[in-house]
Amino acid sequence: MVTENFLNLPQIETAENTVESQRDAAPESVIDVRNLDAFYGEVRALKDVTLSLYRRRVSAVIGPSGCGKSTLVRCLNRMHEMSPGGHVDGEVLYQGENIYGAGVDPVELRSRIGMVFQKPNPFPKSIFENVAFGLKVNGIGGNLGERVERSLRRAALWDEVKDRLKQSALQLSGGQQQRLCIARALAVEPEVILMDEPCSALDPMATLAVEELIRELSQEVTIIIVTHNMQQAARVSHHTAFLMMDQDKAGYLVEYGPTSEVFTNPKSEHTEAYITGRFS
Amino acid sequence: MVRADFDRHLRMLQSDLLILGSMVEKAIAKALDALKRRDAEAARQVIREDDYIDSKRYNLEEQCIELIATQQPMAGDLRNIIAMLHIAVELERMGDYAEGIAKICLMMEGEPPLKPLIDLPRMSEMATDMLRRSLDALVHRDTVAALAVCNDDDEVDALYDQVYRELIFFMVQDTNTIQRATYLLWVAHDLERIADRATNIAERVIFLVTGKMTEINVSRY
Repeated sequence: MVTENFLNLPQIETAENTVESQRDAAPESVIDVRNLDAFYGEVRALKDVTLSLYRRRVSAVIGPSGCGKSTLVRCLNRMHEMSPGGHVDGEVLYQGENIYGAGVDPVELRSRIGMVFQKPNPFPKSIFENVAFGLKVNGIGGNLGERVERSLRRAALWDEVKDRLKQSALQLSGGQQQRLCIARALAVEPEVILMDEPCSALDPMATLAVEELIRELSQEVTIIIVTHNMQQAARVSHHTAFLMMDQDKAGYLVEYGPTSEVFTNPKSEHTEAYITGRFS
Repeated sequence: MVRADFDRHLRMLQSDLLILGSMVEKAIAKALDALKRRDAEAARQVIREDDYIDSKRYNLEEQCIELIATQQPMAGDLRNIIAMLHIAVELERMGDYAEGIAKICLMMEGEPPLKPLIDLPRMSEMATDMLRRSLDALVHRDTVAALAVCNDDDEVDALYDQVYRELIFFMVQDTNTIQRATYLLWVAHDLERIADRATNIAERVIFLVTGKMTEINVSRY
């Protein structure tokens, strides 16, 4: 805005006046994690995590192996309790309501907070059936064909598969399979998508395609991505959370803030050491 | 020690930057000395040697670009490289001012001296001292020292004011001095700009350490 006032320029896109920069001015939280501890049986994997995840933003969770990144995101749609001995203390508020409260249906919750996994895991069915599956399971009616097309378009896959929707999804490349899984997650119109290292099994070009898709989707959906790849976190996310393992082996939140700050001027020396590769 | 090779490159980059700083410091001193002694050959040497300063700066810039492209620096490393990239440019421009003073020295060849040069060498010493201290602040990551450099710019500005008034006085008194006084005014201006660029370096040091980009002391010129 400064430049425009100064030069009286017509409306052109600059870093100052993008939709994103204006949106970033007032982020609104969609998930609030409050004093969360996560356990596998007696073993505490996460301790005292408190952070707010913002609507229609990409939040990245980074940290060394074993720090509880995946556990954290799996707590956000109650996938964690499906692991042996998995349980939590503390609260996860989704739109102000504790998802661990009585009367919350985890299956219904997961249709609103979807998940994409590390390895693409399409069903051994046709491309169409893969996307339609979630709609059928959730009893979502309407024009199935239209919904499948819309999901595939949103996942930037439609043009590549529109002529072979009846083919097996297993014939797609790894990158296409992952975008199909994203389309499958999108089909039920979730508000949040959790992604657990979605590109770790993909080649660099397929990775870039998924990253591009993540940025595009973030205009409509809240995305939380776990990644080992710090450059990826820097490229795709608006906010970054850095987790570390404490001496008692439980993961804790070291720092959480705007990605631009975390990667240029982190507040914690632990974050600095990790992202500059001097972590021992 | 992880990233030992990257750390070695960062150290080499800083060493090269300090060498560039020494080259510039020497060029400024030589240019002033040539002006004082009215030594045209020494002035020509400063002009020739500016090519070395230019190529050193390009070399530094290439090193920075290569490190950014190959090492994907983050946080403190990124700020370090970006700061050095800026400082290399500042130093090279200081070298250009030294070259400018050497050229003025050649323009004044054969003209009778206007006055003994006292304030200009003083300005030069102050500006070079600021340059030296800004690079020391870089080496020691010392924001207090960097801030002190920025604050010293006021003294150079004050001296520039004084030189300006004195030279205008010469011109008013005797129009035959206009040419020579103007040349000396250019020299004073070059020195004042060198001090400004030393404060720019100090500001970059503060950015490197704190991550904050601010103009500390706005020059009056």
